[in-house]
Amino acid sequence: MKMMSGAAMVVEALKDVGVTHVFGYPGGAVLDIYDALFAQDEVKHVLVRHEQAAAHMADGYARSTGKTGTVLVTSGPGATNTITGIATAYMDSIPMVVLSGQVPSMHIGEDAFQETDMVGCSRPIVKHSFLVKRAVDIPEAIAKAFYIANTGRPGPVVVDLPKDIVNVQEEHPYSFPQDVSMRSYNPTEKGHAKQIKKAVQSLTTAKRPVLYVGGGAIASDASAIVTELAERLNAPVTCTLMGLGAISGTHEQFVGMLGMHGTLEANKCMHNADCILALGARFDDRVTNNVDKFCPHADIIHVDIDPASISKTVNAHIPVVGSVDKVAQQLLSALDKHDLSEQRTRISPWWEQVNQWRSRQCLNYAASEESIKPQAVIQSLYKHTGGEAFISSDVGQHQMFAALYYPYKKPRQWINSGGLGTMGFGLPAAMGVQFAHPEAVSVVVTGDGSIQMNIQELSTCLQYNLPVKIISLNNRALGMVRQWQDMNYKGRYSHSYMDSMPDFVKLAEAYGHVGIKVEHPDELDEAMKRCFSYTDRLVFMDIAVDQNEHVYPMQIKHGAMDDMRLSKTERT
Amino acid sequence: MKRIISVLMENAPGALSRIVGVFSQRGYNVDSLCVAPTDDPSLSRLTITTHGDNKVIEQITKQVNKLIDVLKVVDLTENAHVERELMLVKVATRTETMRAEVKRNTDIFRARIVDVNASNYTIEITGTTDKLDAFATTINQCAEIIESSRTGVCGLARGERALRP
Repeated sequence: MKMMSGAAMVVEALKDVGVTHVFGYPGGAVLDIYDALFAQDEVKHVLVRHEQAAAHMADGYARSTGKTGTVLVTSGPGATNTITGIATAYMDSIPMVVLSGQVPSMHIGEDAFQETDMVGCSRPIVKHSFLVKRAVDIPEAIAKAFYIANTGRPGPVVVDLPKDIVNVQEEHPYSFPQDVSMRSYNPTEKGHAKQIKKAVQSLTTAKRPVLYVGGGAIASDASAIVTELAERLNAPVTCTLMGLGAISGTHEQFVGMLGMHGTLEANKCMHNADCILALGARFDDRVTNNVDKFCPHADIIHVDIDPASISKTVNAHIPVVGSVDKVAQQLLSALDKHDLSEQRTRISPWWEQVNQWRSRQCLNYAASEESIKPQAVIQSLYKHTGGEAFISSDVGQHQMFAALYYPYKKPRQWINSGGLGTMGFGLPAAMGVQFAHPEAVSVVVTGDGSIQMNIQELSTCLQYNLPVKIISLNNRALGMVRQWQDMNYKGRYSHSYMDSMPDFVKLAEAYGHVGIKVEHPDELDEAMKRCFSYTDRLVFMDIAVDQNEHVYPMQIKHGAMDDMRLSKTERT
Repeated sequence: MKRIISVLMENAPGALSRIVGVFSQRGYNVDSLCVAPTDDPSLSRLTITTHGDNKVIEQITKQVNKLIDVLKVVDLTENAHVERELMLVKVATRTETMRAEVKRNTDIFRARIVDVNASNYTIEITGTTDKLDAFATTINQCAEIIESSRTGVCGLARGERALRP
């Protein structure tokens, strides 16, 4: 058995798990681990400028690959700075392992320098956590952390490592567990046969079926099988904000995103459906609107790997616990025994209805020759990236525009903080994407508010030559806040404007990047083209967009799914 | 409605705080809590009494079950079960009459006096929550309660059913 220090064990275990990148920031409690990292080059360490960004980078890496993102930070402030990043990953079920330094065991509880109870602080926002007490336990703790993070419903796991156990002076036998099994943790992957039968019964007799596909379809890499299932059933498909790309945004059965800013046709489909097949979605309040008025005619089949997500907000008539890929496969196999030709005839009036809703073209907006419309920027972005780029987003109006106006062809192409809604997520996430896919085009769609929440990472981009493309929709305001103030507070813009915006072009240049300012609609196309001509440089596009633009469609509060505003003056 | 949720979990550091955390972060009620290692020292059994409608109770059992350290969760109140709680109560017994009255009530409730002092008795009583409440009310009428401590409810299903790993 190899003898090594606790610090060397941490690095060795990361290698044994297959970690390629660690995003982190050194400090007192983890100096020994950093010394062990220095001695090798198998595990690449990325030095960030703020620990929150390390967590978001690991998150972007994880979302774009399906692999677990890894973070390494010191105790105290290093650890607490990751909290927002951990919470972001937790809300969106993203596999992540955060290794945090801790003060030496004998000083825990003494309010020692840079001491924080990280296991306690992070408890409500992690899937699980470990406080490792002996060096020999390090390999097992790390193996378990990665196993837990990326099985079942994925999520972040914290491993807290007191400084004394990673001491480089003491050596211990290293043994990495071949297999991880835990008697208290066995996620159910396959759906119960009886439930599958009931689901098939409901799906094959439905007159107005719809597939409601969420992030679980992405997490379980079920895109192909979900598309096959949708085609077999010939049902309209809607995706949640987290599920975009699970079925191609250009697929003829795709009716767009649903929910608060969903399309008219998606929300109409849901409200009028007689059978809803929810695949890895969780009936979030940003989807359902008023649950008492939610989809009154539908039989709800709810497939989710997390039993606690089923019937949490909306009662499921046919609950199926299992992963989306396994259950979709089971449903397909069961459907093999059914002749679906009759069903196709039965649902053809439904498609007529759906196409009528589509013909309203709810995403149309008033084009302008004076000011740049944010929607037009996203459409231009789509054109200049051929719809192939990884698009990470920050949070706000630009996020909704990016979700609605860029049809995602593939799963893991659209990366955003859906559940927590973390401003400052976009840039570091796009960097994590770029580390995972060095040859791909990684874009962040952001706004003047969000970008300033983690703008220090422009420095990290310089250090690692990351050619991320920043598309900043600059409306000199916190657009989504302003939109709500317009709608609900009589246009009283309490602290939603920014009076002293930096010169983003100069700022980008100060960090050694390219900055492009766009102020007129007729410059947009050329500027976008120039942006993507820099294949090896980071480009910051500061695009002045119409400040008064709102995101539509938008659900009307307390209403049903399909009670919507379609513009400032029209409603359903 | 009152419910008794019984949880079998790893006897590991932090496991208890995670369960209690689920209750506080999701806004569930905890009326009492009782926890100790089982006959297998690597496992702990936790009994929590709570109240809420069926939807809330279903969420509680699912959210607790979701914790990595938790092996099994059961709502004992769904079926026939045995439940017990223990209370120690120290009462001031300043006069002969009070001592006699306290002793008499202790016998009636099949409780036991476990500590005797010149001016007080300490009584141990086991039973359901209702029985303990009734005893406390009765004793309060004949003597002054100095202090009391209750363990919270613990329970097991009747018959063949059992919570095992």
